[in-house]
Amino acid sequence: MIEVNNIEKSFGDAHILKGFSTCFDKGKTNLIIGQSGSGKTVFLKCLLGLFSPEKGNISYDGKTYANLSGDEQRDLRQEMGMVFQGSALFDSMTVSGNVMFPLEMFTKQNKSEMQDRVDTVLKRVNLIDAHHKYPSEISGGMQKRVAIARAIVMNPKYLFCDEPNSGLDPKTAIIIDNLIQEITKEYDITTVINTHDMNSVMEIGEKILFLKNGLKEWEGTNKEIFKTDNAAVTDFVYSSELFKKVRQMYIEERN
Amino acid sequence: MNYLSAIGSYCIMVWEVFKKPTKWRIMKSLILKEIDELIFGSLGIIIFISFFIGGVVAIQTALNITNPIIPRTLIGFATRQSVILEFAPTFTSIIMAGKVGSYITSSIGTMRVTEQIDALEVMGVNSLNYLVFPKIVALLLYPFAIAIAMYVGILGGWIAGVFGGFSTSADFTQGLQMDFIPFHITYSFIKTLLFSFIIATIPSFHGYYMKGGALEVGKASTTSFVWTSVVIIITNYILTQLLLG
Repeated sequence: MIEVNNIEKSFGDAHILKGFSTCFDKGKTNLIIGQSGSGKTVFLKCLLGLFSPEKGNISYDGKTYANLSGDEQRDLRQEMGMVFQGSALFDSMTVSGNVMFPLEMFTKQNKSEMQDRVDTVLKRVNLIDAHHKYPSEISGGMQKRVAIARAIVMNPKYLFCDEPNSGLDPKTAIIIDNLIQEITKEYDITTVINTHDMNSVMEIGEKILFLKNGLKEWEGTNKEIFKTDNAAVTDFVYSSELFKKVRQMYIEERN
Repeated sequence: MNYLSAIGSYCIMVWEVFKKPTKWRIMKSLILKEIDELIFGSLGIIIFISFFIGGVVAIQTALNITNPIIPRTLIGFATRQSVILEFAPTFTSIIMAGKVGSYITSSIGTMRVTEQIDALEVMGVNSLNYLVFPKIVALLLYPFAIAIAMYVGILGGWIAGVFGGFSTSADFTQGLQMDFIPFHITYSFIKTLLFSFIIATIPSFHGYYMKGGALEVGKASTTSFVWTSVVIIITNYILTQLLLG
């Protein structure tokens, strides 16, 4: 579980995160949504330890990040997996090399043990046949799956995804969403996803945090987001005609 | 103020490079890869440039000796002095700042743009050590490349001098051996070692701290070449004053 307490972050005069608290539960897919410039990416980078908040703190299963020593912070980071928006795969390495990289860096396993683990996670993301290919030789959806495989290869406790569906076709986006949710349940991970994709919100949003102007505007589940009367949320989530109709149908069905 | 800030950031970067080292098993392969890329990959251009520069120095010297009192041995002497003291270490380093420096800035800059550096940091890897340290170590072999440049430069001078009809082989060889000061070689290698550090770190700095997209990667490569060249030339002046002045 990740607990966030009254977090604030500024860059110069720009006050990005203005103080809010929330928590992300273990074994659930937690989604952060909000308009561009609402502070989602800064918040995600604070969760990853890449940015230090000026006020407030973040605790990972009771361990407050700011109170940890440098070595303890590094150890904690090794329990985190991250799927970047552009996948951030290492161009010079094959799919297999990319997934093996964290194992080579942080474990004392021998080559065959590492290869077994790599094969296991590549099978899990259905990419075992592409193990010898370079990132430039595979599609965007496959790159995302490699990034997921790399993120889970160390058995992380926390998985962070920054817009995992961006640039993907709807079918592939659903495959990626389902894969992330399945992995979250299977490995009992605390997953936090930063997304703009309303399909993801509806499909896998077990907890949704809506940010507006650096503040928490609303939080709830994907069931609750259908019922909410919060104007900012409805304006953002149901901005398309399709989602307006979906919401209307949901409300009519319940009545 | 911006320059002071950049110098400060550069010093912090260099300090960070040597902190929290990457596993030796991985670092070893990275260093070998960089030696192949930065040193062996540059030998062709170094040899090509040195050969012709040595030849041109010999021809220019010969053409400027109009007084019959001045011995022809001066051609070999001038070629040796020019190549060993300046052309091999400094001129070649400027070329390397363009070739190797641009490669370093663009490769690290592209990793920054595509979030690969962020990925390393999130994993808990000291990205500066992982990316820059192997380049510094690989470029420790740069003096060997410069030794080859010296040899080929003098060979180029000999071929141009003798086969161009400007000097006899005996005169040229005598000139090469005349008033030879071994410390000049030491001075040249001291310069080269410092230049190698500059060539590894300044382009890395420009790549690592760049912001923006593909266009900015190109701009960062150009800026890094300019600054690497400026620092090499200033360092060359200071070292020459300190070691030979």
